Amino acid sequence: MLTIKNLKAKIETSEGDKQILKGINLTVNPGETHAIMGPNGSGKSTLASVLTGREGYVVTEGEVIYDGKDLLELDPEERAREGIFLAFQYPIEIPGVSNVNFLKTAINEIRKSKGEEPMTSVEFLKMMKEKAKLVNIEPEMLSRYVNVGFSGGEKKRNEIFQLAMLEPKLSILDETDSGLDIDALKIVAGGVNKLKSNDNAFIVITHYQRLLNYIVPDFVHVMYEGKIVRTGGKELALELEENGYDFINDLKENAEI
Amino acid sequence: MENNLKENKTGIDLTKKLINEFQSYQSKLNGDASGNLNKLRMDAMSVFEKTGFPVKKMEEWKYTNLSPVMNHDFKFSSDLSDSDITQADIDKYIFSAGSVNLLVFINGIFSSELSSVISNNESIFIGSISEGMTSHKEIFDKHYSKYADYNNRSLAALNTAFFPEGAFIYLKKNTELNTPVHILNISDTKVNSVFSQPRNLVVIEEGSKIFIAEDYYSAGDNSSFTNMVTEFYCGKNSHTEHYKIQNEDERSFHVGMTQVHQEQDSHFSNTTISWGGSIIRNDLNSVFDGTNTESHFFGLYLLSGKQHVDNHTLADHKMPNCFSNELYKGIIGDNATGVFNGKIMVREDAQKTNAYQSNGNILLSDDATIYSKPQLEIFADDVKCSHGATSGQLNEDEMFYIKSRGIGDKDAKSLLLKAFVSDVLDSIKIEEFKVNIEEKMEMKLKNILK
Repeated sequence: MLTIKNLKAKIETSEGDKQILKGINLTVNPGETHAIMGPNGSGKSTLASVLTGREGYVVTEGEVIYDGKDLLELDPEERAREGIFLAFQYPIEIPGVSNVNFLKTAINEIRKSKGEEPMTSVEFLKMMKEKAKLVNIEPEMLSRYVNVGFSGGEKKRNEIFQLAMLEPKLSILDETDSGLDIDALKIVAGGVNKLKSNDNAFIVITHYQRLLNYIVPDFVHVMYEGKIVRTGGKELALELEENGYDFINDLKENAEI
Repeated sequence: MENNLKENKTGIDLTKKLINEFQSYQSKLNGDASGNLNKLRMDAMSVFEKTGFPVKKMEEWKYTNLSPVMNHDFKFSSDLSDSDITQADIDKYIFSAGSVNLLVFINGIFSSELSSVISNNESIFIGSISEGMTSHKEIFDKHYSKYADYNNRSLAALNTAFFPEGAFIYLKKNTELNTPVHILNISDTKVNSVFSQPRNLVVIEEGSKIFIAEDYYSAGDNSSFTNMVTEFYCGKNSHTEHYKIQNEDERSFHVGMTQVHQEQDSHFSNTTISWGGSIIRNDLNSVFDGTNTESHFFGLYLLSGKQHVDNHTLADHKMPNCFSNELYKGIIGDNATGVFNGKIMVREDAQKTNAYQSNGNILLSDDATIYSKPQLEIFADDVKCSHGATSGQLNEDEMFYIKSRGIGDKDAKSLLLKAFVSDVLDSIKIEEFKVNIEEKMEMKLKNILK
């Protein structure tokens, strides 16, 4: 589904360019869940931004093939229509735009790109009701403006609700666990687990192992300084939980010698 | 010298033409010439003759240049033959098939055939000013030209001097009129460029309530120039909702003054929306002549091409305990220009005044311009006043968030722009009219985001 080869990217800041990704290699197949862990500043969120086409990031080398297409050639909205979804670390508030209107517009744009008829209001409302239950979204939240006045937990649940509505093939969850208490975490993880299938895949970016108790990954990758420095099974996450990222310092020392 | 040559290039001097027109009009008046109304006209004309059209060196006209208007060979209402605008044409402009009191003016002339008034009774008069000034003479004499002071305002003087036609609306004490009034103004420019000067008088007596939509269209390929004046008298504890919508085409010029006089405990709300027209100047002034009055000014300008829209407002707090709130928003694209000048005057006696003002703008291109100027003049010491002005581009984080859900660039912009102006549109309390406005906005946004 997704093949990332030697991906290098920099960000353009007012103080000059900064190289963040320094050669990422990753393959994701349908039905798989990949966790990407690593200390702050290792480039996890940058990877999410590059994959979804956020402005301000420049790919300097490498390629990303998604479903046989050169992903980096596509605009953010085209990537979304092809089935890529990002659950934001910091969901954006959009005053004046209701959740209902926002999702209806999004769904119909995606359908239009596939040559499908727009969804009728009845179908849409039915779908919304069903999916809202997945992550305990109150009907009242749907008519409110997108994320405006939502608590941190509500915003994260709303991201997973949008994911459920748009039915993407590849979902990237960027620190979805940050700022969630244990009950909210269980709700969010429960929603994700119900949405998993053999046809879709998840990339779960997280700083802590906690979330991976509930969303169990097939692979765990450790990122450090813009590279994946270790890959393992779900047990790697537990090891990190116990020993922290100390092994990275060992790697570094070795590298320096 | 050079300047003179330029002005004479087209061979047209609108000011001179208007003076001649006024003289020939006076010569046809016969016996009416000595009446009070004609004295007023002559006085107003002398003010116009002295000052002429406003020019940019006047502080109040710093950003708005009317000289492009002067190059057109406008015909006056009195010179025009009958318009061929039909009922079928009118249907395009009305927002409600149901109950509405419709007054239609074509090139400033009242059309009784195309108008339909359903609410008139002994407490309500909705009609033309020429009929109303006779049938409700006492009311007319008491209020006409008592609020729109034309000294130092040459355009209002010009309007007062000619005074051909307009709407007259009168609600007697304690009359609640829930059927809206629609004043539809059309410039028929199919054959000629047209100059019209609508003059409306609205008198809402104590305890009465009204909804008025006043809108402007042009039909045809020539230019139009509208110089309108609407006067409002809002009696004690009355409630007025007024909407002014400018839908003219890109060959149209529009200058206008809405002058409001508010008595104690009255509530007045105005929403001014400008998306048509080439050069537009709106003056909205409300004078609070009683305690505890409330006034709301909402505005929206949605500009593309080379459009120029100038909104000047004044909330004149003369008495204590009054409240005014103002919210104007603009979306400006291409090479268009917006001007917002919001003045809040708090006079010495106006203690416990609450006055708020906000102007927000989104500029969609590097060549779009906004001049935004709050102007607070406060002479009382126990008041609460605030103002704020913003201008900027669409928020990039919001844009990315929306696009990341599959929504394309134009639709994402449109979604955000509609959200940006939603609080202004929410001020429109006639539901069918609001729906109509939203449809028009959709079209205008498509045009701006083309």
